[in-house]
Amino acid sequence: MADTVNLVCTRERLGEVVTELRAGNVPDGQIVGDTFALPAGCEIASGWDTFSYQFGTLGAELWSETKTVMASAASALPSIAFYVIVILACMFIYRAIKSMLTPTRDYTSLKTVTFGDESAVRSDFPASVLSIILIFVIWGSFTGSALLPGFLHLPAPYTGEESFTYTVEDDAGNRDDAEIFVRVVGAGVAESEMVFDEGDGIAKNDGVEIGVYRSENVLWDSNDDVSRRENGARVVAINGQEFDFAFGTDDAGPAPSFDLDFAQVTITDRGSINVVPDQGMQMQPLYLPAPEVVWNRFIEIAKYGYQNVYLTVHLGFSLFRVIVGFMLGAAIGIPLGYAMGLSNWFRGWFDPIVEFMRPVPPLALIPLVIIWFGIGEVGKIFLLFLAALWIMAIAARSGVSGVRITKVHAAYSLGASRWQILRYVIIPNSLPEIFTGARVAMGVCWGTVVAAELVAAEEGIGKMITTASKFQNTDIILLGVIIIGLVGFGIDMLMRWAERSLVPWKGKG
Amino acid sequence: MTGLSIENLSMRFELPNGGHVQALEGVSLDLKAGELLSVLGPSGCGKTTLLNIVAGFLAQTDGKLVLNGHEINGPDAERGMVFQAGALFEWMSVRDNVSFGPRMAGKKKADYMGNVDHLLEIVGLQDFKEKMVYELSGGMQQRVALARCLANDPDVILMDEPLGALDALTREKMQSLVLKLWKETGKTIILITHSVEEALLLGERLIVMAPRPGRIHKEYRLPFADMGVGADLREVKKHPDYAPTREEILNMIWDMEEEIMGTAGEDE
Repeated sequence: MADTVNLVCTRERLGEVVTELRAGNVPDGQIVGDTFALPAGCEIASGWDTFSYQFGTLGAELWSETKTVMASAASALPSIAFYVIVILACMFIYRAIKSMLTPTRDYTSLKTVTFGDESAVRSDFPASVLSIILIFVIWGSFTGSALLPGFLHLPAPYTGEESFTYTVEDDAGNRDDAEIFVRVVGAGVAESEMVFDEGDGIAKNDGVEIGVYRSENVLWDSNDDVSRRENGARVVAINGQEFDFAFGTDDAGPAPSFDLDFAQVTITDRGSINVVPDQGMQMQPLYLPAPEVVWNRFIEIAKYGYQNVYLTVHLGFSLFRVIVGFMLGAAIGIPLGYAMGLSNWFRGWFDPIVEFMRPVPPLALIPLVIIWFGIGEVGKIFLLFLAALWIMAIAARSGVSGVRITKVHAAYSLGASRWQILRYVIIPNSLPEIFTGARVAMGVCWGTVVAAELVAAEEGIGKMITTASKFQNTDIILLGVIIIGLVGFGIDMLMRWAERSLVPWKGKG
Repeated sequence: MTGLSIENLSMRFELPNGGHVQALEGVSLDLKAGELLSVLGPSGCGKTTLLNIVAGFLAQTDGKLVLNGHEINGPDAERGMVFQAGALFEWMSVRDNVSFGPRMAGKKKADYMGNVDHLLEIVGLQDFKEKMVYELSGGMQQRVALARCLANDPDVILMDEPLGALDALTREKMQSLVLKLWKETGKTIILITHSVEEALLLGERLIVMAPRPGRIHKEYRLPFADMGVGADLREVKKHPDYAPTREEILNMIWDMEEEIMGTAGEDE
């Protein structure tokens, strides 16, 4: 006798069924169809059915997601193609100019085989400069930046004053024309009273002020002698273009819409007039603020701080966490790596731990660390310690393992003791690997600290971004992203410089 | 007694699949102090194994090694080794590499620096003392390796194909240098090489080893090393005995290689 039964229920019924089954005490020995009534919306299913049902729904959901993603990706293709064309155009123009001005005869320019010759491929500095300039040009043209000349701007949203005419007809068949004055004002412009002459006739002129990127529903009859409700008044023409529309019925068809020079005007099915000024092709400051806005915000925050915390404090806390976490990780990880590289027992002991912990991204530990240590400094530094620990241990281990046996043999036959070999051969030999590991670890730590601060922190550059996102301060979010990128880049440059000056023998053994 | 005596040396490696490799079997050899022995043989004849045992990097499974009256167990500063390549410490300058042995022995700087500078002069690197070793050419690096070994004043110098990675011209110059150092310092030298010419020119004594199991096949006493000291090595090659001996040894090794290839073919 089976003591369990699988039910497959519709999604809508699932919650209720579970509640019902919990509430009703199902006695042992009930037989389906006999004493046990199947809940509505459910069917009995075999174990295989439930299994295949799970995967069926999963597959269906993932397939629809795939289609959405593919559609988004496909919609980006024209932009990518355009960008590639710009890159190639810049290249050909630059090369043409360069070869006209300075016909070079250096070693690389005389090579006939450059495709596939790795040594002939170097980073072209002018290309890097152009690429960065282009990013700012694109940024500026999408935001109407004041830094760019106007012809590079994409069409801006309409601002200014315009008017259009609407024609009203009431039940009695009386007709009258009136004007609607529209004023579209830019963001941050104070609202002001619109002054206009209402005119005469049964329809009076109206005025409406619309913020840029907004739209407005004009209740044109609010000041007229006739109204929609009492006189059955309705709009029959915009700018003299007449239309026929059965207001308030379901099968009225598409609402009449007029493409004016400055706006899209639509008659709603309630009879009011919806005015949507042209939005242009630029992005709203909420989505993408202009470069100079971000720069000004940077100056402001650098001077006065954000949300009562100075920018230096935000940055200082983030860097402090990274440096302390990395130092602790290196202080434990390097000796651990040496032990693993030098002793079978330690290698065996720590291999499972290191190999298991290494693929766990530190970000996945954030919730656990918050539960264990709270949101204070200890938790975040512990997280960064873990991030650095495994990387440094593995780097030190491979640094030790990478020592050529001839060097060790040579040291022994020159009379060195074990300690001397460790001190004068193994440690210096492992330093290049350790520096490579340190570069990786610093990068990972920097990424991890920002993510940890996004989740929980009092201050820090990640915290600044989270706070800004709550207030929709997109300029500060962008500023934070730029600072994070620049600091990360700076850290890597610093590590490379340290590597070059401290282990100049790297790769020359 | 001074000198190195190898008695009935055997080396047998157990393989993970239960089989074994007899790398050396019953190798006996007596080397007086100041002799230069060159060792030739096809690949796999155990010559590097022999050298590693003498250096103390490997423990023999059977037999006895006695140097100057005491048994050899483990590496020691009395037996210096020169490797083919890659044994220099690239994080140290040329001078620090050469002075490594005395420094590790805890000698005072004033006591060894004169000797180090003198050795660097002998090998012709007096102008490169402060350079890092990776800034030097391959031939110069081997000069540093020779000087480093000599600075430690070992009783025996073991050379594992020390000139094998060098180009032909540099190699010829280095051969003269090895002869010069041998004569000036009076060290006992065991030199392993793949080059028959090198073995003939440098070896006062020469052994040809045979593989499977590794053993001494034939031993020669040669006059060429003494002639070559301070002389043009190309003149030495014109000696009437030189070409016939070379041909004899070449044929010997050629036959051994043929045999190895032959049996390898049968295995498949």
